[in-house]
Amino acid sequence: MDPHSSILYEALSKVEGYIYPNEVSLYWGILIVLYPYITGLVAGAFILASLNRVFKVKALRPIYEISLLSSFSFLTIATMPLIAHLGQPFRFYEMMITPHLSSAMAIFAFVYLWYLMVVLLLEIWFDYRKDLVAWSNEKKGVLRIVYKVLTLGVSDTSQKAVAIDEKLGYAITVIGIPSAFLLHGYVGFIFGSLKANPWWSSVIMPVVFLFSAMVSGIALVLFLYMIVAYLRKQKLDMDCLDSIGKFLFYTLILDFVLEMLDTVHRVYTAEESFDILSVLMTKLVVTLSIGQVFFGTLIPVAILGYFQFRKPEDHIRRAAYFIISILVLAGIFCMRWNVVIGGQLFSKGFMGFTTYKATLFGTEGLLSSLIIMGIPFVIFAILLWLLPPWKKQDLVHY
Amino acid sequence: MPSSACTQFLTWFTMNTEKDKNKTRRDFFKVSATVVTGIAINSVFVKPSMVQAENEKENIKIPDFDKWYGFGIDIDKCIGCGNCAKACKIENDVSQEPFYFRSWVEYYVIKDDETIKIESPNGGIDGFKQSVPPDEIEKSFFVPKTCNHCAKSPCEQVCPVGATFLSPEGVVLVDKKYCIGCGYCVQSCPYGCRYISPITHTVDKCTMCYHRLKKGLPPACVEACPTGARIHGDLHDKEGELVKFMKEHNCRVLKPHLNTKPKLHYNSLNEKVI
Repeated sequence: MDPHSSILYEALSKVEGYIYPNEVSLYWGILIVLYPYITGLVAGAFILASLNRVFKVKALRPIYEISLLSSFSFLTIATMPLIAHLGQPFRFYEMMITPHLSSAMAIFAFVYLWYLMVVLLLEIWFDYRKDLVAWSNEKKGVLRIVYKVLTLGVSDTSQKAVAIDEKLGYAITVIGIPSAFLLHGYVGFIFGSLKANPWWSSVIMPVVFLFSAMVSGIALVLFLYMIVAYLRKQKLDMDCLDSIGKFLFYTLILDFVLEMLDTVHRVYTAEESFDILSVLMTKLVVTLSIGQVFFGTLIPVAILGYFQFRKPEDHIRRAAYFIISILVLAGIFCMRWNVVIGGQLFSKGFMGFTTYKATLFGTEGLLSSLIIMGIPFVIFAILLWLLPPWKKQDLVHY
Repeated sequence: MPSSACTQFLTWFTMNTEKDKNKTRRDFFKVSATVVTGIAINSVFVKPSMVQAENEKENIKIPDFDKWYGFGIDIDKCIGCGNCAKACKIENDVSQEPFYFRSWVEYYVIKDDETIKIESPNGGIDGFKQSVPPDEIEKSFFVPKTCNHCAKSPCEQVCPVGATFLSPEGVVLVDKKYCIGCGYCVQSCPYGCRYISPITHTVDKCTMCYHRLKKGLPPACVEACPTGARIHGDLHDKEGELVKFMKEHNCRVLKPHLNTKPKLHYNSLNEKVI
């Protein structure tokens, strides 16, 4: 018996109640958990960058480039889990050349490309162009050629040209904010628009996804900023950390309030699906109550809330921010898990449950997911080496 | 999907090798623009259903634009033999593993205490065993299930490439050579009628035995039913067997609140049926 069948037979033996016979298998596994997780990190990190650029939050200047580069690193692999999970991965391009316009999923490739090409690549390019020209003159050998290519042949670094870069970069960030909203709100819509599944079908799903994306993106940048500073043995800017902490606090509260609104609405209206969803929540106790709510939301909110009124010593706050960033990142992963896996555990007939067992190997295995999640960190490291924010001409205090 | 733009491109690509030197940038842009426009038109206007329709022109009366097929199911007549589910698997080469069904039978037992027990071991193919003591049973019945071939099918709506489509006769079909196997339609079907085939790695579902309809034969499940509990017919044919069945009985569809407009009409459908 092949491994997939043996997993299904095991799942079949663990079915509770009655499920439709085709529902034993979960068709969306851990790779589809990664998909909204990664796009969320992309959108969230970008929005944090735009706080500095558009909304002039000066305290966030030290993490502007880190936000952009981390957002870009994750965006480059955002389609990887999606394509890998397809039954026919080599047909993925059909989605772009013959999109079915009534499908919420069909537009993803265009939203993705818009974000990658128009927003992130252009913004990074305008932000770095002056430095790329300078580095292409300074460096020797292959690096010189790489920087030359990256300048795209535009070597004008006159004050006027740089001023235009600045203006265009600003304009792109302004366009980028609704685009980031679109990217992740849209991912929420993919789930929220499925009326067959009451766990997903919710009008506020795109908004919940958006705020959870901001939460995860801010936590990611907080984490990376601290790691990069540690590796470079640089002092952390406490003003910057406190500002990130403040924004994380507010977005966490908004995200939590929205999710609670959804929950309260479900409990109060107690529609047809209420009974099965109540049982589902008890089945997701580890990832929902403990992972997402307690460690991923309540603990960080409590600590960050305390910091808004009292400021303990720097080293305590630093340690707390670091732990909070990991807790929040894990909490949002749990949230994606609860949505994607949780939404498939119960039957669409509302009369029973199947189980999900993650495997270690295979395309849908934990190992491949870990590799996919590791790649953006490698890309980020390469980008930092190639485009070091601390060597930019306009940022000497890094 | 051949189109005039593609043909033009291929002709240009293969025929003009000797004249290439004389090609100007303007010529290149002309051809590129034609190709891009052709692909764009192709993407937007040519749907798999149309291609299918083109392919089927050579055959008899398929697609038949006058027909609007549906099923009628008489629950009172179903004895739970599972012949329909078995015939479906054989006719359509469906995997014999108990996780993949185009058609299956559910057994409902409503107990004295109003609790309900539903079973469908191996889709009912091997028959049913009574697991509830007879003195606890208030009511029991069998419910054959298959794709509802919804007129407003959510699966067709969500398919990102248009591989799932509603044929002109109202049959929801999947183009297997086109399906990318994303599973979005599986998630969107409220009736659990779809699965990813372990053989083709694309989505699979009831085709209403479209290949048999082409030959003027009824679907395999209908033919295999010994009691005539499954009725297949044309909903436009006012004198037909299906419309007659629907006139004579109070028929209902599953999950009408979802507004998917199913074309599987049940007689004697208990409100507990999911």
